[in-house]
Amino acid sequence: MSHFAFPPPIHPPGADDLRAEVRQFLAEELASRPASQRIKSWSGYDADFSRKLGQRGWIGMTWPKEYGGRERSALERYIVLEELLAAGAPVAAHWIADRQSGPLLLKEGTEEQKRHLLPRIAAGECFFCIGMSEPDSGSDLAAVRTRAVRTQDGWRVNGTKLWTTYAHKSHYMILYCRTGGVDDRHGGTSQFLVDLTLPGITIRPIADLSGERHFNEVVFEDAPLPASALLGTEGNGWNQVMGELAYERSGPERFLSTFVLLVELIRALGTDPSDQALAVLGRLGSHLAVLRRLSRSVAGLLQEGANPALQAALVKDLGAIVEQEIPELARQLVATEPMLGSDDIFQAVQGYAILNAPAFSLRGGTREILRGIIARGLGLR
Amino acid sequence: MNETSEIVRDMSARLFADLATPARLYEAEAGVWDQPAWDRVQMMGLPLALVPEEAGGVGLEAADAAGLVASAATTALPVPLAETMLANRLLADAGLPLAEGPATLAPARPGDRFTLERRGAGWHLHGGAERVPWASIAGDIVIVAEAEGQVLAARVARSDVTPLPGRNLALEPRDRLEVDLELPGDAVAPLPAGITICHPLALGAAFRTAALAGAAARVLDMTVAYANERSQFGRPIGKFQAVQQSLALMAGQVAATKGAADLAAGYLDAYSQPGGADPLPVAIGKARAGEAAGMIAAIAHQVHGAIGFTHEHALHFLTKRLWSWRDEFGNDAHWQRLIGRRMAAAGPEGLWPLLTTL
Repeated sequence: MSHFAFPPPIHPPGADDLRAEVRQFLAEELASRPASQRIKSWSGYDADFSRKLGQRGWIGMTWPKEYGGRERSALERYIVLEELLAAGAPVAAHWIADRQSGPLLLKEGTEEQKRHLLPRIAAGECFFCIGMSEPDSGSDLAAVRTRAVRTQDGWRVNGTKLWTTYAHKSHYMILYCRTGGVDDRHGGTSQFLVDLTLPGITIRPIADLSGERHFNEVVFEDAPLPASALLGTEGNGWNQVMGELAYERSGPERFLSTFVLLVELIRALGTDPSDQALAVLGRLGSHLAVLRRLSRSVAGLLQEGANPALQAALVKDLGAIVEQEIPELARQLVATEPMLGSDDIFQAVQGYAILNAPAFSLRGGTREILRGIIARGLGLR
Repeated sequence: MNETSEIVRDMSARLFADLATPARLYEAEAGVWDQPAWDRVQMMGLPLALVPEEAGGVGLEAADAAGLVASAATTALPVPLAETMLANRLLADAGLPLAEGPATLAPARPGDRFTLERRGAGWHLHGGAERVPWASIAGDIVIVAEAEGQVLAARVARSDVTPLPGRNLALEPRDRLEVDLELPGDAVAPLPAGITICHPLALGAAFRTAALAGAAARVLDMTVAYANERSQFGRPIGKFQAVQQSLALMAGQVAATKGAADLAAGYLDAYSQPGGADPLPVAIGKARAGEAAGMIAAIAHQVHGAIGFTHEHALHFLTKRLWSWRDEFGNDAHWQRLIGRRMAAAGPEGLWPLLTTL
């Protein structure tokens, strides 16, 4: 009982009105978006849709008004996020900037960086990607080799970033790289705000196992960055990156990735499923409802300024298990041969879910890394 | 949680820890009723925790009362605290006199039913129930039944029925009731409108969920402590990644029981409100915690190794309760089917709105 607390989630005032407003908006905007597209969840990219969300004030909604935000609570933002995900809205374009790049800029950015970028992010017009992983640095983030070296008027970057989601459709990357000695695993790193149109940067798409191209290799060859590109404090990169991760790990995107498949499963089972099917549905419902409660609890902790890194890791670990179970259980209940792009909606949705499920326990920290964090939180390390 | 409930919580936690000594737990397993422990629990007013102050109770909020049940469960205290709290609440809801000692409620299984029929100025109560917790110890048994389109509570003295003793895996009394009884008119009264016949099952399941969460949290604490103190190959076994991964998995399941218990406790606050007697939060909580309980017990025993498999080590007091409580007041499948029916009825478009009502 002493290890972790999940205080009851708070129901923010006006929550029901906000939820109704978002639902109404999504019902209109997504009316013609088929389930085979909705299943892409937060991997679905649509810059026009992101711009519309920005116009509604639903990007950067907790940020100060002077930077384009709406000064809403983290719990109101949570409502918008979960409604978007449950509906299968294409949110990938702005997702990273809204979730972590923007908050990082708010916390660590210079006044100029904030004024220049935050209002554009909030308007849904400026998209970000995360430059953390490298060919030899996946889970072992401290092993990054990409390096920024000081020049007369700024920095010069050399190295390769990998698995950079939507780098080819982003305006900026938050680059995590080495600026100090290699002996100092954590201390010699910094973060940079990289304009991806600068020379010396090559973005090559990498197809995932389904053939889709959403992630990339980004190669830096003597890429010149202005001095103003440094984000936060030189040498403080590790701490800044760790601070981002609680935002990255506890949100509703960590248990709703295959929610659209569950919706289609219910459609396929009809109004009078067998007892076995009812028990399977109910089991999944119990998992999702409890995860949602825990995840909202973490949102409340974040709003209070706590650092619920352990709770966030617990939510993400449990969430990935359920997201991956949904296609496995669906195939026990509905006899179908999954096929990506099929005209049969269930077949197509199931196909997409199966082909993407491996990523759920890799992205944002592998299952093994998360359990290491949990073990540390339990006092085992 | 206000200051009073914090004081109650802290004092109770100390009391439970004092009372649930290994010696007394072994005696309870041997069938000895721990009257002195019950007297101390009763002296603190805990059996009246859920009864509103105006009805002579303590009037704790449901979450705080569920916290007491969880707290008692961390020690495996062998007394019917949860059952008596619920029985008293049912009595208060029906405007019947509260129980003076340990009490329980029935039915405690989904299929069991009693019938009530008016006989002159009184009632005829008839029916049977299996696995009624602590019925052979309780002074009063609150039996819920339907009659004349209403859901009613009947206050039955145990001395008027003869429970047939049984036990669960943790050797707590789980007794069979056969009732064929004439009751005076003032021993039966209707429960508030909106309450359904599955109410006693939902109440019991809500508190079993709290108890599962309490026992689960304690089992995690014990297992982490053991992993840090037991050395093999020259280092504590908790330093091995394989063991750490298991404990992390267990911590996730323990977190889920906590979320489950909080959801389920919501029913206790809500059911007396209009439309509030929806058992869905209880169904979700009990099903989820019940599923977690088995994984938690399995990992705890795996990490504890052979010593945890002995009768001498205290781990089994809690793991036997996890294995018992998960199947009481409706097992996982019972509640899962209820949730599943609601999901199917909501349909593809109604599923998300259903989940966001919780």
